[in-house]
Amino acid sequence: MSNTYFQILRPGINTTIQDGGRNHLYHVGITVSGAIDQRNLKLVNKLVENQLDEAVIEFAYQGPLLKLKNGKIIFSITGDVLFKIIRKNSKIEDGICYKKYILEDGDQIDLISTKNTAYGYLSVKGGFKLEKVWNSYSTNTKANIGSNNGKKYSIEDKIIIKSNDLQTSKEMKMSYNKISDNIIRVIKGTNFNYFSREAQNSFFNQEFLVTKLADRMGIRLSGLKLENIVSTNIKSEGLIRGAIQVPADGNPIIMLSDHGTIGGYPKIGVVISADLDRVGQLTPRSAIKFKEVRLEEAQNIFKAYTDDTNKYLNECN
Amino acid sequence: MIKNISNLGDAAVYCDFGSDVSETINTKVINYFNHLSVLVKKNKINGIKNITPSYNKLIISFDLEKTNYLEIKKVVMNLDIKEDAQNNNKKVKVPVCCENEFGLDFKRLLDKTRLSKEEILKFYLEKEYFCYMTGFIAGMPFLGDINKKIRCDRLETPRVKVPQGSVGITEQFTNIYTFESPGGWNIIGNTPLKIFDKLNLEEPALIKPGDKVSFYQISKKEYINWNE
Repeated sequence: MSNTYFQILRPGINTTIQDGGRNHLYHVGITVSGAIDQRNLKLVNKLVENQLDEAVIEFAYQGPLLKLKNGKIIFSITGDVLFKIIRKNSKIEDGICYKKYILEDGDQIDLISTKNTAYGYLSVKGGFKLEKVWNSYSTNTKANIGSNNGKKYSIEDKIIIKSNDLQTSKEMKMSYNKISDNIIRVIKGTNFNYFSREAQNSFFNQEFLVTKLADRMGIRLSGLKLENIVSTNIKSEGLIRGAIQVPADGNPIIMLSDHGTIGGYPKIGVVISADLDRVGQLTPRSAIKFKEVRLEEAQNIFKAYTDDTNKYLNECN
Repeated sequence: MIKNISNLGDAAVYCDFGSDVSETINTKVINYFNHLSVLVKKNKINGIKNITPSYNKLIISFDLEKTNYLEIKKVVMNLDIKEDAQNNNKKVKVPVCCENEFGLDFKRLLDKTRLSKEEILKFYLEKEYFCYMTGFIAGMPFLGDINKKIRCDRLETPRVKVPQGSVGITEQFTNIYTFESPGGWNIIGNTPLKIFDKLNLEEPALIKPGDKVSFYQISKKEYINWNE
């Protein structure tokens, strides 16, 4: 039984436990949750030789400051993250993402901030001592379900580490290339024809800005108002990750992992699966453009995305 | 049955049962939902992540690594659904306290409906409602249809926080706020009954699509003592 844990010296803005997500519960109103950036979840687990969907710590913008107590662990950070390792002897190391580290008893990890992206990930070899709720460790702060009683971490919480497994043979590293393209590819939504010809054109041609109303539920954009010529409400129906709703104010909202399970605004489009990680990582004030793709094309792009993920994973074999 | 099947993005199937909101159409949606859910539970279909029934749509989301739109569409089209399929739907009786500290919007409702509070409650409590769907927040049931005489639009400015347990009405529908949440429905009372119980892992939501729900009034004293 491990007595090793992270003491939280600073919780960060929105620090939660996330994994692959919680499925089969939309019909009762429980959303999918899970890591916003699913590729970086897989990579951060691979770097410490965990199962790819093991629970990890997700943090947003300013991350936590964590002190290791009663043990020695292997950890890794993915994302575009500025962090330092403060050793017990006060020696400070600049952290490098996509690399495996050993942390000794009393050492600290200072996850200072993410750079030009919203989310970063911290994995520990062997995982954390948590209990699954409906087959997932993910924290759902809206329904207070999942790890840490469904709440984001605060200063008095402890994050208990499952094992002190230091069995490791080799160095683990990946050379990750962040895609900094501002084009988000979209399939037309079920209510695309609710919008005027001008609105349809400007949806695929004008730039949209990410507003400060961006969190794990969704991202509100601003741009030219998209004129609706049919109805600004539909009979409420299911939503999915990536769906783009346009309420009466004409500004699109992209649904992310903690979205409400049903919604009553017209859907102008849906972000393709391969671009969901990238959309989730957008920060306020970034400018994006939507590009239309067809279903078959989206499926091919997803294959390429999966191949890319596997290429990174294979760097650690 | 299904009027049209299309793709919603690259990882969901959108089944359109029409544009009307009625118990007849919704029952068809729920039949499909129940059928598919059984197949998913028995591992007869690969890759389905979530199935969301609503008034007249069914949305099936899937894992694009395991399956694709055409495969799931084929499964849906080949389902053998009997129109009069027996559902395991139940009747639920919900206690509600409508005293003024809980019935936040009676003043507005009296103005809009030109009825007295007693009349509004008589019309509200005498009907049995059908659960069209649950969602938005965990376990929130969308019930209908309420008497035409007490129908009323949403609040012009939604509340930032509607208290947990609030019973609301808008248009032809009534619902129960299972969690404190933002919302714009007209609040007529509050129930002490736990509508969503996260500790009940098998069936966290007390009210499911297809269930019949009726409300009965309790006093404030009964409300306070309910969970003791």
